[in-house]
Amino acid sequence: MLSFHVGNQNYAVDILSVRKIRGWSKPTLLPHAPAYLRGVINLRGSVLPLIDLAIRLGASENRLTHRDVIIVVRVDGLDAGLLVSAVSDILTLQHDALQPAPGTAVDGATGFIEGMAVHDGAIIRLLDLSAVVRPQYGLAA
Amino acid sequence: MRASDDPMAELRATFNGECEDLIEAAQSGLLAMQEGSADAETLNEVFRAVHSIKGGAGAFALEEVVAFAHQFETVLDSVRRGALRPDPDIVLLLLRACDGLSDLVTAARDGPANDPGATAPVLTELQDLAVDDQDEDDPGAGFQVTKLSLNVDAPEAAQPDLDPSSYQIDFTPDDVLYALGNEPLFLFRALAELGALEVSPDIAALPEIENFVPGKSYVGWTLHLSTAASEAEIAEPFEFVDGLCRLGIAPVTAPTDGPPDPAASREPAPPNASDPDRQRAIGLTEGAAGGASANGPGTLSPPPPATLPATVRVGLDRIDNLGNLVGEMIIQHAMLAQSIADTGSTRGSGVSKNLEKLSGLLRESQDCVMTIRAQPLKSLFQRMSRIVREASAAAEKPVRFSTEGEDTEIDKAVIAGLADPLMHMLRNAVDHGLESPEVRAAAGKPAEGSVRLSATHRSGRVLIEVTDDGGGIDRAKMFDTAVARGLVSANADLSEAEIDSLLFLPGFSTAGEVSNLSGRGVGMDVVRSAIRSLGGRIAIRSEHGRGTTFSVSLPLTLAVLDGMIIEVAGERLVLPVHAIIETLTLSNDAVDLCPGGKSLTTVRGQILSVLDLGAELGYRAPVETASGAQALVIALDGAAPIALLADAIHDQRQVVIKGLQGGFGRVPGVAAATILGDGQVALILDPIEIAARAADRTAAQFSSTG
Repeated sequence: MLSFHVGNQNYAVDILSVRKIRGWSKPTLLPHAPAYLRGVINLRGSVLPLIDLAIRLGASENRLTHRDVIIVVRVDGLDAGLLVSAVSDILTLQHDALQPAPGTAVDGATGFIEGMAVHDGAIIRLLDLSAVVRPQYGLAA
Repeated sequence: MRASDDPMAELRATFNGECEDLIEAAQSGLLAMQEGSADAETLNEVFRAVHSIKGGAGAFALEEVVAFAHQFETVLDSVRRGALRPDPDIVLLLLRACDGLSDLVTAARDGPANDPGATAPVLTELQDLAVDDQDEDDPGAGFQVTKLSLNVDAPEAAQPDLDPSSYQIDFTPDDVLYALGNEPLFLFRALAELGALEVSPDIAALPEIENFVPGKSYVGWTLHLSTAASEAEIAEPFEFVDGLCRLGIAPVTAPTDGPPDPAASREPAPPNASDPDRQRAIGLTEGAAGGASANGPGTLSPPPPATLPATVRVGLDRIDNLGNLVGEMIIQHAMLAQSIADTGSTRGSGVSKNLEKLSGLLRESQDCVMTIRAQPLKSLFQRMSRIVREASAAAEKPVRFSTEGEDTEIDKAVIAGLADPLMHMLRNAVDHGLESPEVRAAAGKPAEGSVRLSATHRSGRVLIEVTDDGGGIDRAKMFDTAVARGLVSANADLSEAEIDSLLFLPGFSTAGEVSNLSGRGVGMDVVRSAIRSLGGRIAIRSEHGRGTTFSVSLPLTLAVLDGMIIEVAGERLVLPVHAIIETLTLSNDAVDLCPGGKSLTTVRGQILSVLDLGAELGYRAPVETASGAQALVIALDGAAPIALLADAIHDQRQVVIKGLQGGFGRVPGVAAATILGDGQVALILDPIEIAARAADRTAAQFSSTG
C-alpha cells in the first residue's frame, strides 16, 4: 500500500497500481471538464488525465500549490494522474485489518472508499481506484 | 488474440494474413490478364497462390475452401495447359472465383456469417468449365504447351519427341525437407494416384550405423511412373518440397532402367541449403515465395535473391510504439535544447552543433517510422476493382475500370479508413454516374462506361480521384429535389459548386429511388464524414454530359499533423492548418461583438460569424473587446466559413498526434492532443465540431426564446 495525504486525511492505494510518483507540473486545461478534472499532463509521451483527488472526494475547492504531488496509477488498463497533497509512506496492511467504511460516516468520498484500516492510530482510507478513474466525460455535460 | 493463448490461433492468424497476400497476388495477376499484359508466368503466380491457399486451408481442415480452391485450380490448370483460352469471359469468371475464394477465406476466419451459397454459382461455372475442358482436352491443339513444375521450367525442345507415358523421377531429399515435416511417402502416394508407380530406393549413401546421424537424409529414390498425366501434374506433388530436394523428372522412351535422356533430365536448383532466403520462405508461404521467385522460362539457376524482397510482418502496435518513442525523443530533444540555451551556451559551440546533428537524426528517424507505416494503395485499389465489378454486374452496365498511381503510399490507418467511403463513391459512380448503355449509345459514347480511380501526391497530401464519364450532375434537377425536400429555399441563389455540395447533405441521401441523377447522394454525407475524420476533404467537379469527378485530399499520415499553435486564455492550442483559410488581426470596430449572442465580422465584404475560442471552450467569460485579437478563418465544408478568436497565434509546426486516452470519454471540440517542445500537452481542436456546437447552441437559444 502506498499511503498519502489529501488535505488532512490519510488515503492509500494498492502499490501495484502505482506507476510513478512525480512532482507538480502544470496541466493543460480541458474544455468543459468537471472541476476535479484538472486537465491533462504528459507522462513520457502519453497524455493522461489529472484528477484532483481533493475535489473528487468531496472538497468544494482545492488550492493548488507547488508542493502537490502527482501519483500516476494504472487501473483497468487506463493511466491517470492523481493530484494529492503529499505522499507519506509505504505500508503493509493485512487483509483482515481492512474494515468496511461505517455507513454513518457519509461524505462525498464514500463511494470511492473500498475500506478503512487503522495504522499507527490513524485512520487510512483505501481508495477504490476504478471508481475514481472511471471515464469522466459522461458526467461533464 | 494473444499469441500465448493458443499456438493454433497464432498459426491461423499467420495463415489468414498470408491468404490475404496470396489472394491479392492472384488478383493482380488476373487483372493483368484482363488487361492483356500477362505472360505465362503471371498465370503461374495465380496458380501458385491458389494452390498455396488450398494447401494451407487443408492444414486447417477448411473443407469448403479446399474444394473451391481445387476447382479453381483445375480451371486455372486447363488455362495454363492451353486447353482453355483465357478470353475475357473466362478471365472475368476467374476474377469472380478469386472474389469467391476471398469470401470463403474470410468466412473461415470470421465464422460462417456469409451466405454459404454465395460462392455456389461460381463453383458450378468453374465445374462446368472443367468438364468442358475434359471433353475438349487435346494437348496437341495449336497452343504451345507450357511445361510447369516447381519453380523451374523445362527446356521445351526435348519434349515432343518422347513418349510422355513413362517418366523417371529422381528424388533425393535434403535434410531440411524432413526438418520441415515433409514425408516422402505422401508424395509417392500422390504420384501413385496418377498411374502405375515403381519405387526403388537408392541407399548407397547410407553410412555405417555408428556414423549414422538421425537428422540427416541419406536415402534417395528413383521412381518410374506410367501415366497419362502431364509432366506438370507429376511435378505438382513436389511443389511443396521445391528447393528442399534434388529432383529430376524426365520422360523415358521405354520403361527401362536406362539413364534418362540428359537433354530432358532436369536438375533444378542445387540443394538449397545455401539459399536461406528460399528456405525461410518455404512452408506456409510457399506460394508467395514461389510467386515472387519464379523463374523465367528455361532458366535453371536459382532465382537471384533480389527478386524476393525480404519482408517482416510486424504488428502495428509495435510500430506505433516505435513512433511514440521517436516522438518522445524529439520532445526530449527540444527540452534539452531549451535547457542548454538557458545555460547560456553560445551558438556555434560544440554542444549546439552536436545538438543540431541530433535533431537532424531524430527527424530522419521520424520519417523512417512514417514510411514504415505507409503502404501502397495497391491492395485497396484491387479490392475496389471487385466492388466495381459487382456493381457493374448488378446495374447491368458494362464498366471499364482503370486505376492509376496505385503505388502511391499512404499511412496504413488512412488506407483502412478509406475503404468504406471509396467503396461508396465507386458504387455511386457505377450506379448513378454512368448512364445505361442505351443512353450512352444515344449520346454517342462507347457502350462501356469508364470509371477511373487515381492517386497522386500533391503538396504533402494524397489526392484520390474517382472519375466517371457518365452524364454528370443535373444541377437543375438537384436544385429542385433539394427544394422539394426543404433543404434550401426555392429562391436561394446557389452557385454550381454550392448545388454540387448539396449532395453531401444528409437529407439528400434518401433520394436514392427518385431517379438516376438525383439518387447520386446515396450515403454521400457518410462518405464526407468518413473522409473528414481522416483529416481529408472531398470536392466534386462535374460537367454535364461529360462525367463527374470526386476528389479526396488526404493527409499522408494520421500520426503527424500540420498545426497552427495559438494561445487562448493562457492555454496553447493547436488548430489543423488544413482547416484554416486565413488569419487576420482584428481591430475593435471590425467586429460586431455581442457577448452571449452572435458576433459578426466582415472579411472583405463577407459577413462571418465569430466565435470566441476562450468562451467556447469554457476557459473564460466571453471577451468584451476584440481589439488586438487574432482571428482564424476556418473553412467548413458545405457552410460559410467562420472566424475563431484567439489571443495570439504562435507558429506553425508539425505536431505528433497523441490520442486522448479512453478514460476521457469524448471531449467536445477536441480531436486529440499533442506534446509541445517544452513537454506541455496541447489540445488539438476540431474546429468543425466547435462550430457545430456553437450553431446548435444558438439554435437552441433561438427556439427557447422564440
